[in-house]
Amino acid sequence: MNDMTLTKEQREARLEGMGCKRKRVEDIRFTQGRGNYVDDVKLPGMLHGDFVRSPHPHARIRSINKDAALKVPGVLAVLTADDLKGVNLAWMPTLAGDVQMVLADGKVLFQNQEVAFVVATDRYAADDGVNAVEVDYEPLPVLVDPFKSMDADAPVLREDLEGKMTGAHGPRKHHNHIFEWTVGDRDLTDAAFRKAEVTIKEMISYHRTHPSPLETCQSVCSFDKIKGELTIWGTFQAPHVIRTVVALISKIPEHKIHVIAPDIGGGFGNKVGAYPGYICSAVASIVTGRPVKWVEDRIENLTSTSFARDYHMTTEIAATKEGKVTGLRVHVLADHGAFDACADPSKWPAGFFNIVTGSYDFPTAHLAVDGVYTNKAPGGVAYRCSFRVTEAAYCIERGMDILAQKLGMDPAELRLKNFVRPEQFPYQSALGWEYDSGDYHTAMRKAMETVQYEDLRKEQAAKREAFRRGETREIMGVGISFFTEIVGAGPSKNCDILGIAMFDSCEIRLHPTGAGIARVGSKSQGQGHETTWAQIIATELGIPADDIMVEEGNTDTAPYGLGTYGSRSTPVAGAAIAMAARKIRAKAQMIAAYLLEVHEGDLEFDIDGFRVKGLPERFKSMKEICWAAYNSIPPGMEPGLEAVSYYDPPNMTYPFGAYICVMDIDVDTGVYKVRRFYALDDCGTRINPMIIEGQVHGGLTEAFAIAMGQEIRYDDNGNVVTGSLMDFFLPTAVETPHWETDFTVTPSPHHPIGAKGVGESPNVGGVPAFSNAVNDAFSFLGSTHIQMPHDFWRNWQAAKTLGALG
Amino acid sequence: MIPGAFNYHCPSTVADAVALLSSLGDEARPLAGGHSLIPMMKLRLATPEHLIDLHGIASLKGIRQEADRLVIGAMTTQHELLASPEVSAAFPILKETALLIADPQVRYRGTLGGNVVNGDPGNDMPALMMTLHASYRLEGPDGVRDVAASDFYQGAYFTALEPGELLTAITIPFTASGHGYAYEKLKRKVGDYATAAAAVMLTMANGKVESCSIGLTNLSDTPLLAEAAADAVIGTGLDDDTLKKASERAQEIMSPAADARGPVEYRKHVGGIMVMRALKRAAARAA
Repeated sequence: MNDMTLTKEQREARLEGMGCKRKRVEDIRFTQGRGNYVDDVKLPGMLHGDFVRSPHPHARIRSINKDAALKVPGVLAVLTADDLKGVNLAWMPTLAGDVQMVLADGKVLFQNQEVAFVVATDRYAADDGVNAVEVDYEPLPVLVDPFKSMDADAPVLREDLEGKMTGAHGPRKHHNHIFEWTVGDRDLTDAAFRKAEVTIKEMISYHRTHPSPLETCQSVCSFDKIKGELTIWGTFQAPHVIRTVVALISKIPEHKIHVIAPDIGGGFGNKVGAYPGYICSAVASIVTGRPVKWVEDRIENLTSTSFARDYHMTTEIAATKEGKVTGLRVHVLADHGAFDACADPSKWPAGFFNIVTGSYDFPTAHLAVDGVYTNKAPGGVAYRCSFRVTEAAYCIERGMDILAQKLGMDPAELRLKNFVRPEQFPYQSALGWEYDSGDYHTAMRKAMETVQYEDLRKEQAAKREAFRRGETREIMGVGISFFTEIVGAGPSKNCDILGIAMFDSCEIRLHPTGAGIARVGSKSQGQGHETTWAQIIATELGIPADDIMVEEGNTDTAPYGLGTYGSRSTPVAGAAIAMAARKIRAKAQMIAAYLLEVHEGDLEFDIDGFRVKGLPERFKSMKEICWAAYNSIPPGMEPGLEAVSYYDPPNMTYPFGAYICVMDIDVDTGVYKVRRFYALDDCGTRINPMIIEGQVHGGLTEAFAIAMGQEIRYDDNGNVVTGSLMDFFLPTAVETPHWETDFTVTPSPHHPIGAKGVGESPNVGGVPAFSNAVNDAFSFLGSTHIQMPHDFWRNWQAAKTLGALG
Repeated sequence: MIPGAFNYHCPSTVADAVALLSSLGDEARPLAGGHSLIPMMKLRLATPEHLIDLHGIASLKGIRQEADRLVIGAMTTQHELLASPEVSAAFPILKETALLIADPQVRYRGTLGGNVVNGDPGNDMPALMMTLHASYRLEGPDGVRDVAASDFYQGAYFTALEPGELLTAITIPFTASGHGYAYEKLKRKVGDYATAAAAVMLTMANGKVESCSIGLTNLSDTPLLAEAAADAVIGTGLDDDTLKKASERAQEIMSPAADARGPVEYRKHVGGIMVMRALKRAAARAA
């Protein structure tokens, strides 16, 4: 189809390739209620499972009596840990090298822990059965405060680890200690602090929160006794990993396990790990011979499936009087709850927290992380985050503001003074990473110019004077965040999940008429892969994106992939897609050469086909080449036009951004208003600017929620008090500020299309921008650091503590 | 989040509903909008054996004028209140308050009767009804009686409603034209109960407050009428000292619980601020 009547621009536009604001193809079904989610799976004879959960945060189980439950009409089975022991599944391995109870084995360790699984003919009968199970508990002393977890007299939580003083990540110091992880040069760092002209030290907490996707975690398991095959439909961000884990723990051969992740209603890290519901629905299907569905409710999701954050970061920065940073020392106390169910690459017990030097050229740094157990729900997942990068960015961005305050220097100026310079890339950080590319100064200056930063500071100074004179009760804060992300886990040299390297994959088949299908090892939960993956192929192969169907989530058909989380899809799967497309293009070039009777070296790729160099009229379109691939192939060549690529990235990608938040706070009520929020993101090559903008809007909204009120909170007795959306802050459109987005483009030098990840950047960079705005607002009253979340009453409390209430 | 089994009844007259309530006793609950009862049933914190759905009773609907008062059927939804020209004209504060209740979806279903009769201290309408000197028409096996809103609330979820009785209508006496009004509600987000809220109705004459009534929401285990606070502003021009005094008088009767909205001290503090802001806004609106 060498349509010479079309201009170059028209031919490019027709492809809707990279750079095009292509509308999301998946939205046609989502906006019409035609998505297919796990709860839409309905199979003949399907049963329903539901959990008996512990009201106690820490208790011994004296007995479980199932008799009354088994008499409830419709109840077929009640599973307890003793039943699961028969199939060696009372406990399951976690991604962090720990083990976790599937059902409470002898004791419970957090409120709402799974104690028994009731299986019934319908959802109502299952719940009636749950209410009829009698559990006799003996309450035990409760450990809530992580800072008390390693006290000599702290209660022993994990009796199963008694006497084991070595864990998955080295020695344990205490019965509630999980690991200590250290990075960097301690001696050099200590020396930098000894010599420092100025130092700051602050305990900066990033509170416990939860990814809270719209769709909760759920599964339908169906075991076919005749074939010995298990099919699992589930809310899985990484379906292939689930298949391998099931094979490893169930003894069912991996080829007889079919994992299907259909449409997923948001994941944000919540759907990476394995949960008791998945295991119990599988076991229940094997026991009953019927399909079993398990669907979590909102309370269960918030209180038992993986939380995020809960990092308490003692942060020290050394600097010169002029504000040049000379050393960073961070100690983290990491509260992992009852089991270490962190979803990090296996060798990284604190994820990529060692990105904590951020965007700054620290000559030396040292980091130590202590993980501890408490009587709280397990987890520690990357909530819209690349493995503890959110915590690291918050730590350093708050730390830099505190340093600026101490130096009496503008926080933007301090940042500009310490940024890694463009000519330093690829940049080796003091804590071991090689930043691929960046131009921080340009991004920061663009942000400052756009918001008219100098004017904001003048306005703030005037408002502060007016406040002091008693003319206003409103204070103003300007929050800056300049983050560097590390995404695209990851290179096989340092990233694996349970021993499987963190590559990703793509298989592309082009059909004779020039349309095709791409199957990818990633799994969209709303990111829009069906749209963007086709755009990469469109540009690489010159086939309109509309002619490419993208399929993910079925382990029988998709090539093995490590899934979607940590903004890894574009850096890893996106690269695999480009590489698979290039294999096809290479073969297409040979076919075109044969058809045009020239040497393939005489051809050049031109938007949607190959052209003979210097002879523009001699052209074969990709559509013609596809047809030829099935009927007139060169002698000796195999027919067909397809390729598979497994991509092992050589490095991570390092997106960055400059965010500025302007906030006003009424000190009398603590009510804040986000007056302005400007977000500049640099994620390298931009595949679909509209989808990037959507990602930034979503991530900023979550960042806003987290910084300004979203938390999972426990009372002193270990009761979780934020178990519903009444108290767990999920902002609506009314509360959500207006977002201004902007960008610079610094391509990744090692990625085939120069792209970096973006989905998580706004969450990573957003939280410090909000928190810095609040802290900046209060700083003139004498505070250095106010802990998140900054909800109304805490803002009021800060004002009161600082004597601002008169 | 799955309710237990229950029997469903859908009577078409008040008499039938009252008869069902009387004969089924404690195990029966009337169902209006269901926004409180159904979540409680899903959590199995409420396990009624019988639900008596009131949606089939036509006489419980509608807004009408009776002499010097407006009579609102108990099953009138918040949305219908908002859409009613009579309500907007006579009681703009009702509209202002209804708009601060949850969100449009909830207001399509939630009823005024359900809101006031449930005895939930977080609900917005009870304090407003006290402020407006409204009364509740209760029909039971022994006949009909009217109870003043200010006499109705006894504790959280405890009210003057007797077993077998049904709230059928809310009657509100018309107020002086040219009155000032305001409902100030501090909440964390759309859909939340008030951290603190204050309703003010007042009239002004020659720049001074002539009459005033102040109600408080979610600042105790019942809605409150802040009479001493209201008395404090009579005859004043609402200067700063008076506002402060009214706020303090109101705070004296507040006894909120500490919850995720904040500690007791904060909720009382902002309760006082809501009173001051409502007074100022109401005065600005008065003729």
